[in-house]
Amino acid sequence: MEIVLSIGIGLFTASGVWLLLRPRTYQVIIGLSLLSYAVNLFIFAMAGGGLRVDGPPILAPGGVGDPAKIADPIPQALVLTAIVIGFAMTALFLVVLLAARGRTGTDHVDGREPD
Amino acid sequence: MTPALDHLAILPIVLPLAVGALMLLFDERRRRLKMTLSLATVFALLAIAVTMVVMVGLPSSDRWSTLIVYPLGNWPPPFGIVLVVDRLAALMLLMTAVLGCTTLLFALARWHTAGPRFHTLFLLLLTGLNGAFLTGDLFNLFVFFEILLAASYGLVLHGSGTARVRAGLHYIPINLVASSLFLVGVAVIYGVTGTLNMADLSRIVPTLPPESRTLMEAGAAVLGIAFLVKAGMWPLSFWLPTTYAAACAPVAAMFAIMTKVGIYVILRLFLLCFGDEAGASEDFGAAWLYYGGMATLLFGGIGVLASQSMQRLGGYSVLISSGTLLAAIGTGNSAVISGALYYLVASTFAISAYFLLVELIERGQAAGADVLAVTLEIFGDPEEDIEDEDEEVGVAIPATIAVLGGGFVACTAVLAGLPPLSGFIGKFAMLSALLNEAGEIPFYHWLFVALLMLSGLATLIAMTRNGIRTLWVPAETDIPRVRAIEAIPVGVLLLLCAVMTFAGGPTMRYMEATAQILYWPSEYARDVLGSQPAGHSTSDSRSSGHGPSGPNPTGATP
Repeated sequence: MEIVLSIGIGLFTASGVWLLLRPRTYQVIIGLSLLSYAVNLFIFAMAGGGLRVDGPPILAPGGVGDPAKIADPIPQALVLTAIVIGFAMTALFLVVLLAARGRTGTDHVDGREPD
Repeated sequence: MTPALDHLAILPIVLPLAVGALMLLFDERRRRLKMTLSLATVFALLAIAVTMVVMVGLPSSDRWSTLIVYPLGNWPPPFGIVLVVDRLAALMLLMTAVLGCTTLLFALARWHTAGPRFHTLFLLLLTGLNGAFLTGDLFNLFVFFEILLAASYGLVLHGSGTARVRAGLHYIPINLVASSLFLVGVAVIYGVTGTLNMADLSRIVPTLPPESRTLMEAGAAVLGIAFLVKAGMWPLSFWLPTTYAAACAPVAAMFAIMTKVGIYVILRLFLLCFGDEAGASEDFGAAWLYYGGMATLLFGGIGVLASQSMQRLGGYSVLISSGTLLAAIGTGNSAVISGALYYLVASTFAISAYFLLVELIERGQAAGADVLAVTLEIFGDPEEDIEDEDEEVGVAIPATIAVLGGGFVACTAVLAGLPPLSGFIGKFAMLSALLNEAGEIPFYHWLFVALLMLSGLATLIAMTRNGIRTLWVPAETDIPRVRAIEAIPVGVLLLLCAVMTFAGGPTMRYMEATAQILYWPSEYARDVLGSQPAGHSTSDSRSSGHGPSGPNPTGATP
């Protein structure tokens, strides 16, 4: 499982970075999205000393249960916040991207076609 | 502390956020209402910031500095989220409030009508800035960074125009990528240490085993890159001059403090996690900050000389200021840092005043006409009468130009570090501390001294050249019409620079105490983590002081 996740994060990051360096604004925004997926997965992979399967999210009924087995809630909160913020920022950037397309007549990131 | 002051620490965040949200409900046409609301808010923030500076600086019988810890939701740290007001945070809050007041006043003259939702975005920017200065844990720092960045994206585009959209197209993705790096760094640090609370972090870092130390340092380095992008360290700063030049004047003036947020966080985290008490991790990254800062200084100095437009010159001055501060942090000497803090305040005020001033000076010039398309009234007919008058008096310099020129000279003096204004004192304090270090002065310190001097010289040359070209040439351009509400903010900022000179002693003592506290992370950690949540009968916030066993402010640097 670790190997699958790390390959996945690596692929997302690599594609994200490659797209980020492309000259068209649409490629950049997709690159940013892929990068944020990679980061969100990475937060899960890092937290709590590694990946854990079947960790209960809440305490067992009638008792405290074993605190060592419970899934760490902090990374979940972090990822949730990061997803929300990332979503808002992508939407905002999309608006700027459309404004740039309308004003400059090109979708190049510099606002003009290279000579 | 009286109960009324208990919740003071949360106000700088809640107040602008609430007022900003409230203003969304009103129609764009109700300008007078919006103006009143935002003005009331920024002046209230100023009053709060002044109160805080007084409170944290209060020397009482058994303590020499106060730290206000505010646990949100009354959860005990490090489990809950805390806001911490210490001297540094209070100083930054005060600076934000002063810049907020001056730039808002300036914007009210006309810029706030140049696009929709200016007041809301402006107040959200203040929310983000205040939150970033107040928060005591890493993840909230991320949230407040995103708030201030989101507001800044809107403000960069305020006034519209192709140049601004183009600049935004670079500014936004770079900051989004930096935010991703921020998250990566936070995740690594959390994975290694299991905490996000800065005070807790400073306790855990010295005890880390060697195998996880490397990972923690890698996380801190990734996090550092995110902040250095904001602070504008070379080579992460190519976006900065273009963006600052494209933004409208009050926004650029407010952005003068945005790079300082990066500097602030680096200063705080670097000294908390990698300060003198950090064991094996001591001074991790110091060399990077030092040489990176010097590279930025060099780049900024060359950029200042090379820039044609006055706004770009301002952008490169921001880089010079950042470079100086980063290199000063990299020296790891508390006396240098107290000088750097003084310089930070002085240079921020001067750069802010400069951006406002440039807009006033260039107002009469046709070149700016395309940018100012929204507010064309100043290029209207009333100008003609004035021109005729100008013909009569011949070569005499019109009063407006004389006032603007005076302000320009004052800006130049502060930015280039010439006596008698405060830029000189800040640089002098840094240099004297650097050269008075015990033992032989190493080569790289001489390099820093030389770069500091040369960048000052470059600023002086570039600004004199620009000043002569724009202010002394009796060209066919119109005399800019300046309203009092626009001249006053510039005057206030420059006056503050002058006040910092005349009240140099008390100001410098405050900065010295601030720098010295930063060098005792264990005291900070003890105060933050030692504060217990309040019961229902007592207050929510606790103030705890450094006891008699704490270090003496007048004592030598450890």
